Amino acid sequence: MTTPLHGRPRALRLAAIGLGLTALAAGFAYTAGWIGNERLTPKRIIDTFEAQAGHHPGYRKNHAKGLCVSGYFQSSGEAAGLSSARVFSQARVPVIGRFAIGGANPHSPDASVPTRSLALQLSSDDGQQWRTGMNTPPVLAVGTPEAFYQQVLAMTPDPATGKPDPSRLQAFFAAHPESAAFRQWAKDYKASDSFANSSYNSINAFALIDAEGKARYVRWSLLPQTPFAALPTQVEDNDYLQHDLRQRLSLGPLRWTLQLTLAAAGDAVNDPSQPWPGQRPTVDAGTLVIDQVDAAQQGACRDLNFDPLILPTGIKPSADPILAARSAAYSESFNRRSREAAQLGARP
Amino acid sequence: MKPVAFHPLARLLHWLMAVLILAMLFIGVSMVNDLSPRHTWLVSLHKAIGLALLLLVLVRIGLRLLLPQPPLPNDLPSLQRRAAKASHLLLYGLMLAMPLLGWGMLSAGGYPLPLQLPALLPHDLQLYALLRQAHGWLAYVLFAIVLVHLGAALVHGLVRRDGVLRSMWPGPLRKD
Ligand code: HEM
Ligand code: HEM
Repeated sequence: MTTPLHGRPRALRLAAIGLGLTALAAGFAYTAGWIGNERLTPKRIIDTFEAQAGHHPGYRKNHAKGLCVSGYFQSSGEAAGLSSARVFSQARVPVIGRFAIGGANPHSPDASVPTRSLALQLSSDDGQQWRTGMNTPPVLAVGTPEAFYQQVLAMTPDPATGKPDPSRLQAFFAAHPESAAFRQWAKDYKASDSFANSSYNSINAFALIDAEGKARYVRWSLLPQTPFAALPTQVEDNDYLQHDLRQRLSLGPLRWTLQLTLAAAGDAVNDPSQPWPGQRPTVDAGTLVIDQVDAAQQGACRDLNFDPLILPTGIKPSADPILAARSAAYSESFNRRSREAAQLGARP
Repeated sequence: MKPVAFHPLARLLHWLMAVLILAMLFIGVSMVNDLSPRHTWLVSLHKAIGLALLLLVLVRIGLRLLLPQPPLPNDLPSLQRRAAKASHLLLYGLMLAMPLLGWGMLSAGGYPLPLQLPALLPHDLQLYALLRQAHGWLAYVLFAIVLVHLGAALVHGLVRRDGVLRSMWPGPLRKD
């Protein structure tokens, strides 16, 4: 055994050890984002939502206003050859869902927001889950999280009017020509009078994996079996869509067709701002039946994170960067509202 | 007779887990700040390594109880001796707690589990909040104790030169 060091060599080695530990701690702090330059993080996106729409403890940090529903999915069997996921062959799959309007303010009037959404959790009998969040527009305005963040900033309400500054929005769209398809949708958009007769789109693409392991890219849509009727021009009721949905469900179940659109070679599968050309083959995978509203917000959907990357075997994500960003941001939103529920008892 | 070094299997587990735990701490804090496609990949990696670590720590605790340990040097002051024992106990506790918290919090959050493992706890948002925060804070405590542990090991090896570092050395032991 060698003898302990003393004096100068000892001091030198202690200093070297101290330096090494400091470097490791600094590396950790840098990795955690505590030091170093500002990056676009899930936290920053959620902070921005809250800065714009206000802090509403316990609510989802986007699509804050909605209601929980339940029902089931009846698969047609027609997609079973495309994907080995059990949901496409099981006759009846239990579903928990949530209809919502876009935006981070849980008190917005229903008729004031063009974007509506439907989020679903399908639980198949092999113990797997499929969660998907779908919106009414068929495309997103942009194709990257950074551009999405710039869009959110461009929509900052002007304190004077409470509305986004049109010139700022115009400048944003001018700088983002990839938003052409989205702007066309917004221009042609005619609001329907119900969640029941709206279509909901996956926007992001996913890969279906069949039993042989072959992958095919798809986007999916829920097409309403309820006929379109226009939203009245004058809507007094703040909760118009929620009341309408309750009313309709008290009369009977509502149905949508789950339609898969198959990409052709060369279609933009990693860019949600780019529509695919029409005439792509489609497959009707089955029928979504919603037959019940759960108690206002207190339904089973409230405590779920509809992370679009919770997928059963047989469905895989595309490399779309928006998809990864959604997963990360939804998790931050879920963490934050769960903390608010625990600390403030905020359980909207 | 007490051995002068840890059993080779104990040393193998020690260094394997040291690398994996340090990796887990860095992966953990980096993934929650990331929203690129790397986030998706890191989260799956984090869950996989984390569950592997749960198996490893169970084996390791078993070995710790079964195999004889080399003693600390006689001239070590009793305060340091007690600090060493306490920090080792804390390390074992955290190595066990972190993966269990990971598994438990995914259960309480209503998330599907890797390998379709059964839920450890019921789906409960407030419970999730508690466990998710504990998973974060205890990770920082674990990192702090790892730093202290590393510092102490280096002082033993480079300054005191008392054979403590050599008793856990990953390579073959020199006879001298
Ligand atoms: C980078 C882009 C996006 C970000 C950062 C984002 C962020 C968020 C966040 C934080 C939530 C709240 C989640 C929760 O607490 O459970 C949310 C909800 C939602 N988002 Fe997004 N979103 C994005 C793009 C999209 C897209 C492209 C779609 C549709 C395809 C979509 C559909 C939805 C739906 C349906 C909900 C409501 C989920 C629910 O009711 O629980 N989002 N979004
Ligand atoms: C030794 C074992 C583990 C260590 C050292 C560890 C460490 C960490 C760290 C440092 C974070 C970031 C915390 C923060 O900054 O808030 C984290 C997050 C996380 N960990 Fe672990 N972890 C371990 C095991 C596990 C296991 C076994 C699982 C699940 C099976 C798991 C699931 C998660 C998840 C899902 C997150 C982030 C969730 C979110 O998006 O909020 N961890 N972990």
